[in-house]
Amino acid sequence: MVNETNVKTLDRVVIRFSGDSGDGMQLAGNIFSNVSAGEGNQISTFPDYPAEIRAPQGSLSGVSGFQVSVGKGVHTPGDEADVLVAMNPAALKTNLQYLKPSGIIICDVDTFKPADLKKAQFATDDPITELGIDPKRVMLVPMTTLLRHTLEGTGLDPKAILKCKNMLALGLICWLFDRPLESVLRKLEKKFARKPDIFDANAKVLHAGWDYGHNTHSSMPTYRIETMSTEKGVYTDVNGNTATAWGLIMASEKSGRPLFLGSYPITPATDILHELAKRKDLGVRACQMEDEIAGICSAIGASYAGCLAVTTTSGPGLALKSEAMGLAVMAELPLVVVDVQRGGPSTGLPTKTEQTDLMQALYGRNGESPLCVIAAASPTDCFTMAFQAARLAIEHMTPVILLTDAFIANGSSAWRIPEESEYPEIKPPVVSEAMLQKGWKPYDRDAETLVRYWATPGTPGAMHRVGGLEKDEHTSVISTDGPNHERMVNIRREKIARIADSIPELEVLGNPDADTLLVGWGGTYGHLYTATEELNAKGTPVAFAQFRYINPLPKNALDVLRSYRNVIVAELNTGMFADYLQMHLPMKEILRINKIEGQPFMVREIVEGVERHLENISK
Amino acid sequence: MEQNVTTYKASDYKNSQSVRWCPGCGDHAILNVLHKAMAELGVPPEQTVVVSGIGCSSRLPYYMNTYGMHTIHGRAAAIATGVKTVRPDLSVWQISGDGDGLAIGGNHFIHAVRRNVDINILLFNNKIYGLTKGQYSPTSDRGTVTKSSPYGTTEDPFITAELVFGARGNFFARSIDIALDTTKEVLMAAARHKGASVVEIRQNCVIFNPGSHSTLSDKERRDNHTIHLYDGKKMLFGKDMEMGLVQDGFGLKAITVGQDGYTIDDVLVHDAHNPSYILHEQLAMMDGEKLPLAIGVIRDVDAPTYEEDVARQVADVKARRGFSSLREMILHTSETWEA
Repeated sequence: MVNETNVKTLDRVVIRFSGDSGDGMQLAGNIFSNVSAGEGNQISTFPDYPAEIRAPQGSLSGVSGFQVSVGKGVHTPGDEADVLVAMNPAALKTNLQYLKPSGIIICDVDTFKPADLKKAQFATDDPITELGIDPKRVMLVPMTTLLRHTLEGTGLDPKAILKCKNMLALGLICWLFDRPLESVLRKLEKKFARKPDIFDANAKVLHAGWDYGHNTHSSMPTYRIETMSTEKGVYTDVNGNTATAWGLIMASEKSGRPLFLGSYPITPATDILHELAKRKDLGVRACQMEDEIAGICSAIGASYAGCLAVTTTSGPGLALKSEAMGLAVMAELPLVVVDVQRGGPSTGLPTKTEQTDLMQALYGRNGESPLCVIAAASPTDCFTMAFQAARLAIEHMTPVILLTDAFIANGSSAWRIPEESEYPEIKPPVVSEAMLQKGWKPYDRDAETLVRYWATPGTPGAMHRVGGLEKDEHTSVISTDGPNHERMVNIRREKIARIADSIPELEVLGNPDADTLLVGWGGTYGHLYTATEELNAKGTPVAFAQFRYINPLPKNALDVLRSYRNVIVAELNTGMFADYLQMHLPMKEILRINKIEGQPFMVREIVEGVERHLENISK
Repeated sequence: MEQNVTTYKASDYKNSQSVRWCPGCGDHAILNVLHKAMAELGVPPEQTVVVSGIGCSSRLPYYMNTYGMHTIHGRAAAIATGVKTVRPDLSVWQISGDGDGLAIGGNHFIHAVRRNVDINILLFNNKIYGLTKGQYSPTSDRGTVTKSSPYGTTEDPFITAELVFGARGNFFARSIDIALDTTKEVLMAAARHKGASVVEIRQNCVIFNPGSHSTLSDKERRDNHTIHLYDGKKMLFGKDMEMGLVQDGFGLKAITVGQDGYTIDDVLVHDAHNPSYILHEQLAMMDGEKLPLAIGVIRDVDAPTYEEDVARQVADVKARRGFSSLREMILHTSETWEA
């Protein structure tokens, strides 16, 4: 039992698991996060993995990491880790940069062999000294030896034994942070339900890790992490991609329109396809098509046929879908396009995060081709915004691009499972019998919203043709008339602009009376929110607004921006959203904080960025 | 029973738009036959969706009183796949030219055929790009002189049927624009076939490729240069059906019955429903020169369709372990805890 006097209490703690991409660090990290969430901690996770499925074992390029922050007031996975688990010298070398100067390192000393050290490009046989680490901060654990002893006589082959090493590390971490092994075991039991011998082995190793910590380091303090009283309800741990899939399903339930996904595998968006392919149990039709273009085109066909139609992709795929998006704009069909942004241009950094598709989403089509662009702020917000994307697409008969990014798509946090009643009905603007009687035309519009009506095949008397050619405003037949084209261009633009009437206003957080407004959009919310808290705590008054609706902007957005003396936009690109706002506010100087390293912001970088701008202003 | 069946006229499938193809274009004839075939099939206009890409022939949906989509270049097969997958109750037709279907849309074409989604693909093959005013297409014969190949093309063409069989297609039929009865016959067979049906219609572009298939269409020549295949019937052709096709080693040979020792018993009998495509492909590859061009239904074999299997899988999974709502699914399949 843990010695009570040796238990320290922490508000939040950041742990980074790192190892070979085959070492099972993502699994260990995931289980730890889940168990912590179940204990009432807030969690935020960040899987950081290489593009290669199995890079050479022990090499620097093959290191996979999983960072999690648990505790209370958790909005990001943390800038730097309190504890780093390094399963080999390469992991130690590449991940040391993410550890706090005071942080603890747990590593497998059995891997400090000449061959491993050489692969990790160490010059000496003492990596700890070579990296200048204070030995007092390091727990050198003979993990491989312990593992072999624990599983001696189980009959498992050496390869299968080695696969259990992640559970040794997890057991140790559970001891250090007082996590109940029972809930870990429950998860393992589920995972290995069909392989009882593998479950037994993992369970043994997990206990061995816990015991090792308890027996050999009993003088070390263990920690209790503060829990957060949260809204009552049933919770689960969800990542952004799964939340996106679920939000779309909720929209299907609320609109009564069957959900169709036409997609093509692409990192980091593929998990949405995986989840929806499983959801045949809810009637979802998810089809893997022959390419990105077929993905969106099949969705356009399904939309015309009356479905809630979706295509999912990342930046390179969005580029391929441009022409088809233009067709959906012209035909005025509901369509959700999810773009999980990654580093670009071209193939770029497939597994890393960036916010560089904004301009492509807004303008990346031929002709005057406006559509609705929205962005999710966090893993759990992906649910809400996927629902909103579907609602706006259906109710406004338009393609909607939902921008998420690799960081929130793979990151997870605890999420209260909503009741169906918490989400509004989605009302498709269906052609009515009365309209048909009066001689309905495909481009007849609602006078207020300018939305045209949806007539789906099978409806007698509503047979009509849609297509990419310009149509006459009144008769809906092909028209090459110049003035008619200009009117149609303006109608399509105005239709999107009027969506502003059915989206929420921009919310200002932090200290609303400050002179300075920190602005972000999409997946940087957690970091910007935390930076705002820190700045205000340090005595720098800062207000904060995160944009989730980008085209159209919320109705109050420009007034909010005008009302602050200093507006600073922080984003993971060279200033696309800042440019976009600047276009709307040509007289106002928009300040910028930018990062394009394929990694999320660190809170510290935003805090320092704001302070630097304010210093320059006061000079 | 007869009383409950609504009967349709060709005019029920025709709308009031004026048809804007060039006078003399083969597309006019195909459009009129399509109206007639649809009326005879009796699928209500509101249950019919005609999807096209870009090109002269792709304007066709605008001349139909059905649901229709005139989409983007090359993508009609993918769009039609989406329509049919979510609405197996609809009769879905795709209209593409040789450029739309086999060049820019080649990938979608072979995958729609491979997937065996129940759409009727009408490939209007005139071996030329018409709407962009006369460039060679992927079906233009080697050496064809066009605006983009002023010294003749230096590449071999696709043979539509060969692509269909390469993509493991189960239905292939062919007609010629002027052969109205044959066109109607193959359109109706395509509609009745469950699965992806490809109908290639050799069509004459009077402006940019006039007379490209005159050997197949001229009254005095066509009897000796085409053969109409009928399932279960001898493969005979010629003005008086005096010629026939016989097996010759690994290939086929045209003979005159009663000459060189060949009798009517040597002439092959067509079997469109045979699962093996080997002979179907040999028949479809005949080019109208040494051997007559085959028209009619060349292959018509049953196979599971994509949209039915998708629907069946959804129904199976729902019956076995379905959920009534998202919330119920999450509660049953995810790790949850109460706060």
